[in-house]
Amino acid sequence: METISTFEIWQTFFYRLWPVWLALAITFFFGLQFRKKLGPLGYIFDSKVGLIGLFIVLFWIFAAIFADLIALFEPLDQSGMYRRKPPGTVNTEAGLPYIFGTDTLGRDLFSRMIYGSQIVLLIAPAATLVAYVVGITLGLPAGYIGGVYDTVLSFLANLVLAFPVILLFYLLVAPGVRETILPNIMAGIFFIIPILFALMVVFSRFSQRLNVLIPSTLIILFVGAWLYSGLVFGSDPLGLVGIEPNELNIFAAVVFTTSPGVFRIVRGLTLDIRTRDYVSAAITRGENPLFVMIWEILPNARGPLIVDSCLRIGYVTILLGTLGFFGLGMEPESPDWGSMINQTRSYIRLVPTIVLPPTIALASFVLGLNLLADGLREQSLKD
Amino acid sequence: MLVFLLKRLIVLFLTLICLSFTVFSLVTIEPNLKKLALNQANMRMEEDEVQSWLEKNGYKRPLLVQYGEWLGNAVTGDFGYSTHFRKPVNEVIWPKLGHTGILMFWVFLLTIPIALMIGVLAGMREGTKTDRSLSIFAIFTTSVPPYVSGILFTILFSSWLGILKGVAKAGNITFANFALPVLTIVAYDIGYIARMTRASMVEVMGSQYIRTARLKGMPFMAVVLKHALRNALIAPFTVIMLQFPWLLTGVVIVEKLFNYKGFGFLLVSAADQNDIDVTLACGVVAVVLVLTTQLISDIGYIFLNPRIRFS
Repeated sequence: METISTFEIWQTFFYRLWPVWLALAITFFFGLQFRKKLGPLGYIFDSKVGLIGLFIVLFWIFAAIFADLIALFEPLDQSGMYRRKPPGTVNTEAGLPYIFGTDTLGRDLFSRMIYGSQIVLLIAPAATLVAYVVGITLGLPAGYIGGVYDTVLSFLANLVLAFPVILLFYLLVAPGVRETILPNIMAGIFFIIPILFALMVVFSRFSQRLNVLIPSTLIILFVGAWLYSGLVFGSDPLGLVGIEPNELNIFAAVVFTTSPGVFRIVRGLTLDIRTRDYVSAAITRGENPLFVMIWEILPNARGPLIVDSCLRIGYVTILLGTLGFFGLGMEPESPDWGSMINQTRSYIRLVPTIVLPPTIALASFVLGLNLLADGLREQSLKD
Repeated sequence: MLVFLLKRLIVLFLTLICLSFTVFSLVTIEPNLKKLALNQANMRMEEDEVQSWLEKNGYKRPLLVQYGEWLGNAVTGDFGYSTHFRKPVNEVIWPKLGHTGILMFWVFLLTIPIALMIGVLAGMREGTKTDRSLSIFAIFTTSVPPYVSGILFTILFSSWLGILKGVAKAGNITFANFALPVLTIVAYDIGYIARMTRASMVEVMGSQYIRTARLKGMPFMAVVLKHALRNALIAPFTVIMLQFPWLLTGVVIVEKLFNYKGFGFLLVSAADQNDIDVTLACGVVAVVLVLTTQLISDIGYIFLNPRIRFS
């Protein structure tokens, strides 16, 4: 069996990642040039810890974008000859090295790790975003209006939070559940909220200016209905937007477990901010409650929310990894990091390095997000 | 205070009913029941035979009636029959819970002192080198989920150094086969508690009475130990207790990873094997555990914080 040396492995690794290095260099160059104009995000360049975090997160973002250029093999290509090979084994037919070795079906671990980032970096931020919109839409009125509405919603949020996440996953992301309409109902509820939120944003701002209000409402309704039909019912008339039933199931379960936490944070921030003078000023001016919540309170809560969203994307990444680890929801062939860990972990006695690519990828991405959050928090406290 | 506790108990009771009902309705969905029917009676049953089996065993009644019956039995301590182990659930679940209890005991014994110490050391002088490096250590540990750290520890201590075992045997624990599961959960849990302790400590150290104590010439360590610690440890106490759902998830992962046949392992395998009564019992026990810790956290908070106790 032909092999290459450790030095050549890392040489190939750095060489293959050239689009990432180039994109990182360009981003950091322009980021440093225009740091003063970037607002709160520009502060990140003053924090060493935050900068390291940003570097790691951007690394994975670019790796996901340029996966086709970076990967040496197709992520699902199997090879009977090269099973569980150690790093550096060369596939003589293709003339390409398996720089991180292969798994038990002879698939290239390096390529799977790179393609896996696409799955993780798509689902985790998207699910966090939806969870955020849900949490904000429900949390703002809970903190601002309070009363029975707040009591009921807080009770429901605590209900979900009292569940051990893993139990909830086993109940919600089981194959049996996918045969029922439950995932579609959950997704139906979660995806209608962003549309409502967008409508509220537009309405609260332009309720007096019909020439802006009517077209923008129509656009939101049109785009919303299109995305909604594609995502929830899988019947997009144009065939552009679609989501696999198992992915919808994962998505709905992750949003369901994440949004109560967001709800609690938004509610707490709203309770704090509504006592400020500028909120009283807006109320005295005669603004309606919707405007006060969306255009006075929400923008002023952005600091803590940005920090929390970084942490939460990391947490959702861990949740997705947990799902993969237990073999729940993901396709059996899927190269996402959690499933890769699950597929390879039985063989660590034979080839200890077999499990390193997905584990280090997952841990480094979450670490990057957490460091970024820490840097942002530190800098926002200085103001 | 009694009114507060009574209110909490009512909410708790309501939560328990809601959660157990949710678990019940999700475990007994149609596809699971069909699989159960095929498993229990005859693998090659036709659709109408499955339906009549379900009818015969009472799974066709309204959900609320079934839930009421299950709840009535559960309250009297009867959790049903395990289709996988072929014995009553009570005989299966309690020994497993004991195994997990031992695991949790060691985890708490190690996590709490270490995490509190890191948090207090980092928070007593904010912004120093010690603070920064301890905080980054805490961030690092929370970033590595148990299914990653557990595997890395196994490679390091079991495959490479060969001093510990990668498989833990429940009921027959030794240092070699028990250290890795404990270490894995502790590593994941420490960071969060340490960061909470640090935040709480920083807040207390900035307060007026600490400045007064310092200005009257008290040595720094004495101020920390005598005045700051008491108030700084109230918040971490609640955090440790409210952490419980999270800890439970970690325990399930670690038990699966190290093949430690405790409560978490039972929960996962029961759900995989469609063992309906066991899954239900595990789910409800998990929820009861979480709610109990929440109640303890509430009561403890009242006792630790005189401002609430006397108001």
